[in-house]
Amino acid sequence: MTAISPDVRPSLGRGFRLQWEPAQKAHVLLYPEGMVKLNGSAGEILKRCDGARTVGEIVNDLETTFATTGLANDVTAFMSVALEKRWLEIRQ
Amino acid sequence: MSNPGPPLWLLCELTYTCPLHCVFCYNPTDFARTEQELSTDEWLRVLRQGRELGAVQLGLSGGEPLTRNDLEIIVGEAHQLGYYTNLITSGIGLTEPRIKALKAAGLDHIQLSFQDSTREVNDFLSSTRTFELKSKVAALIKQYDYPMVLNVVLHRLNIDHVQQILEMAESMQAEYVELANTQYYGWAWHNRERLLPSREQLQRAEETTNRFRERIGRKMRVFFVVPDYFERRPKPCMNGLGSVFLTITPDGTALPCHAARMLPGLTFPNVKDASVEWIWRDSPGFNHFRGDSWMKEPCRSCPEKTKDFGGCRCQAYLLTGDPANTDPVCDLSPHHHLVTTMVEKASAPQAPAPAVEKPLLFRDRKNSRALSGL
Repeated sequence: MTAISPDVRPSLGRGFRLQWEPAQKAHVLLYPEGMVKLNGSAGEILKRCDGARTVGEIVNDLETTFATTGLANDVTAFMSVALEKRWLEIRQ
Repeated sequence: MSNPGPPLWLLCELTYTCPLHCVFCYNPTDFARTEQELSTDEWLRVLRQGRELGAVQLGLSGGEPLTRNDLEIIVGEAHQLGYYTNLITSGIGLTEPRIKALKAAGLDHIQLSFQDSTREVNDFLSSTRTFELKSKVAALIKQYDYPMVLNVVLHRLNIDHVQQILEMAESMQAEYVELANTQYYGWAWHNRERLLPSREQLQRAEETTNRFRERIGRKMRVFFVVPDYFERRPKPCMNGLGSVFLTITPDGTALPCHAARMLPGLTFPNVKDASVEWIWRDSPGFNHFRGDSWMKEPCRSCPEKTKDFGGCRCQAYLLTGDPANTDPVCDLSPHHHLVTTMVEKASAPQAPAPAVEKPLLFRDRKNSRALSGL
């Protein structure tokens, strides 16, 4: 699994689009001829991956929004899976 | 009767007109019977009604969708509505002005088909001279920053070129490659004896693909769709008819799978006469094969029926004459020998029969009219 530095700024992979689908009551990730229905936390993480915010900022924002702490490990673990699947990319 | 989920996948076959004449095309062999294509406004209405039901992936296909000069309008509306738009094309007619206009309209993705890595085989199988044109289109797709998805339909006459096909894809910087073994419907069904590979060819192609995957890593994703005649369990075709997939044919007929028009005893509605919602939720044609009450043995009492839904209804019909039978690909089917006989024949050393005995039938209007008795 790829280690993710808190300073990188992940964005959605090229060709991927994230949107809320009322019919499925979920965020979905769309890509060429395919779709992933996301659970609540995956949707919350991915919608913050805009290529502008760092991983650290995203973790802070999530902790503030959901009034909790200690999310960093879970968030980066999900992000490494998402990078592996090309849902996310880190542009240089 | 049922409460289906949304038709997540909407496939609009905009036209049967196609500059290519591929011998493995899944279009119905009687496509020449289709006279009137839906108008622009009718397609836009289909898009709106489909989206309201929750459709989200849109395939624009055909025939060759680029032969419709309103393609940019259709893509534009689809994008506005929130579809992820996939253009499924031979690339013929994809000029720079059009690719630019499609980008501006919001097209998300272009799937470009190649028949082979060599000009000779590509041009022979499509009965045209198109290889170099397609190569230029591939470069345009990259230039306009689309994800590059190459689709190559595999069969007996090109499956030995898998290495070269993958190298071609690499040189075109494709992100996805679909090596889709021919599924035997439409023209491909007609030509099946000439197209089915031998067991040995298939095994070699899979080994080559796996070696290539190891070398290329994450840079390219390679999908290898096995021809299901070689399997012992059927594919979960369309995830069950009427579950997620909705096709609209050029004349507006709505189908639960792009080949389903062949199924006997069913009437499929037309979007000119009924709303997409009624068609999807209530029409008898779409409800017929939902659930499992239509199933016969061995499917009915099989624990795997929730996984493969009994396989493909069209394949059951083509091979056994009854669409409610178990897909004969399944080795529990009493008709499984129909599939294995074909595979053994294709794998025998003397196969295939010489071309003069039963020539390949190219997909064109003249042949279609002849097959339709027109």
